[in-house]
Amino acid sequence: MLLAALVLIPVLCGTAEFLVRDVRLGRLILITAAVSHAALAASAWILSPPGIFGGWLALDSLGLLFLSITSLLFLAASFYGLNYLKHAPVSGKTEDEEGEFFFLNAPEARFNGCLLLFLAAMTLVILSQHLGILWVAVEMTTLASAPLIYYHRHTRSLEATWKYLLLCSVGIAVALLGNFFLSVAATIETRKPVSFILIDLMSEAVYLDVMWLKAAFVCFLVGYGAKMGLAPMHTWLPDAHSESPSMVSALLSGALLNCAFLALLRAHQICVAAGQSVFSRGLLAGFGIFSMVIAAIFILGQKDYKRLLAYSSVEHMGLLAFGVGVGGGVSVFGALFHAVNHSLTKAALFLASGNILRAYQSKICGHVKGLSSRMPATGFLWAAGLFAITGMPPFGTFMSKLMILTGALAAGKYLMFGICLTVLTAVFWGMARAMLTMVQGDWIEIGPGCVRDREPVLSFLPGFLLLLIVLGLGMMMPDWLDQVLREASLSLGALP
Amino acid sequence: MIHLIWVLLLLSGLLLLGSSRMMHCLRIVAAQGILVGLLAVFQAECPGLRVFLLSATVIALKGFVFPWLVSRAIRQTGTSREVEPFVGYGASYVCGAVFFMAAMELAKRLLIPYHGVSPLPVTAGLFLAMVGLFIIVSRRKAVTQVLGYLTLENGIYAFGLSMAYEEPLLVELGVLLDVFAAVFVMGIIVFHIQREFDHMDTGRLTALRD
Repeated sequence: MLLAALVLIPVLCGTAEFLVRDVRLGRLILITAAVSHAALAASAWILSPPGIFGGWLALDSLGLLFLSITSLLFLAASFYGLNYLKHAPVSGKTEDEEGEFFFLNAPEARFNGCLLLFLAAMTLVILSQHLGILWVAVEMTTLASAPLIYYHRHTRSLEATWKYLLLCSVGIAVALLGNFFLSVAATIETRKPVSFILIDLMSEAVYLDVMWLKAAFVCFLVGYGAKMGLAPMHTWLPDAHSESPSMVSALLSGALLNCAFLALLRAHQICVAAGQSVFSRGLLAGFGIFSMVIAAIFILGQKDYKRLLAYSSVEHMGLLAFGVGVGGGVSVFGALFHAVNHSLTKAALFLASGNILRAYQSKICGHVKGLSSRMPATGFLWAAGLFAITGMPPFGTFMSKLMILTGALAAGKYLMFGICLTVLTAVFWGMARAMLTMVQGDWIEIGPGCVRDREPVLSFLPGFLLLLIVLGLGMMMPDWLDQVLREASLSLGALP
Repeated sequence: MIHLIWVLLLLSGLLLLGSSRMMHCLRIVAAQGILVGLLAVFQAECPGLRVFLLSATVIALKGFVFPWLVSRAIRQTGTSREVEPFVGYGASYVCGAVFFMAAMELAKRLLIPYHGVSPLPVTAGLFLAMVGLFIIVSRRKAVTQVLGYLTLENGIYAFGLSMAYEEPLLVELGVLLDVFAAVFVMGIIVFHIQREFDHMDTGRLTALRD
């Protein structure tokens, strides 16, 4: 019942948004849906709801973790959106950041509706235990989020939307091939029907044909990895995350990439149960390291701060894949903990970037100076977010990165450890150089403005609270989170 | 009969590589869709209501609805009806031959130990998927990329129909619905691209780069 409500509430509210004319009512529906979804997700921690539809939808510990992240992020993004959408004129044109052209915005009802359908699709990805439904839900997230990227209607966002739509759809089609390969692997010996529910597959996993299973995992890695942002399938990510409105970027980076990671983890779980964990872990670690290196190369000398954040997402997704690929209890625990920390921090950073973009009307780092004097709250958020995302203590990201690296050392992967450390250092240098120069300095007055920009509470409070949670997690890990993380890493085959 | 359908699917992939007229490509993709739907009927061991329902849905969607959506996009944008390739048609045929050899090699490696099953489904399904990917990469216009995506989906779906065990009807319909929604959204975006850029040449969509 709880699980059905988690999916149905966003669907119904999203459909209602398309029919509603009044803008205020639309925003009220959005906030109500976000709050009720968060309340349901919170109660799932206490209630442990059973599976429904014969086990097709269920909430295991991995799912509970990712559901909480998604719900919390959506709540923060929708409160931020209240302020953001109020300032975006619907009728009449807005001038582009570089002053090159005028553009329109999409109707707000359509935006809110797609946002809620996006939430519903992500929830379905998290809840589905049947690999077929998982596929359908992941494709639905692509289709629900494409109009969101195209909210500001101009050429750049259109280009980003097309790349996103095509690359992710092609990737997910390859994942469908992986589904079929897996089905062949399961039925090739017995020629009997096999349930595609995860638990059943895992219990029968030793009977899976190894060759077809490996081919299936490769397809899943390429397909869901493209959606997750692993290099070299990541090319849509910087464009889509930088051109979409900031709250959508926050959701894409913080929640959607996690959902794709979850889909990949389901495939990994099957490989572990089949005894092929060495194969799948090796591939995950390889792609993870490659993504981190590529991201580091593009972060150094990056001039656009939203693209900087997007490449940082690629780097962190690579780190997550690497953490799971290294194996061992500490690394996997660290990777899952890092998923939580990264999502919250990246969302806070993207929300802050929205404020910067509106105040300075430019996406170039060089054009932004003096945040600390002009917009102190956002400037503080930006600097704190930088320290959080690069893994400085006492933020939680420090602990999670430490765990992943310690695990890599313990597993004897010295070369990978070395590459990882170099990449993290390079990324820290690149990001700090770009982002700190934005906070310091004197701001050049662009137009008739006052000494300080008016900073509405809703523009920085959600981000501030998210960073506070990351700080809290770094200083003290609550028992209930620790237990769920342990259960989740055990389910991924990590030895305790 | 099944072998005939597979051979026709293979040939349609080859035809698609060398065709320079967009409406011709569209009709080939429509024919592929109908063949995939027929495959569903002839492939089933015990044809029942479920199989006929699925086959009818596939033929309707892949054979008529998807091509109609794409032709509507072509008409609305008023683009020229010529496929503009990055890779010339002769070279495309050569690539097609290479893909066929690669598909045969892959089919040989992915063994099917029981008797009475030819390697044709694996070969043809993978070949069609590779042709679809190649079309996406090697053609300029955004609308031909949609055709490539449809071919990719046809190849994968045909492979799934013949090799994978029956998925629940809900999942099959979900897959078809997803592809429908994808093509629908792509059609809308293609129209917007033509309107914003005044061209559909994806090779010129290079404003976002590092």
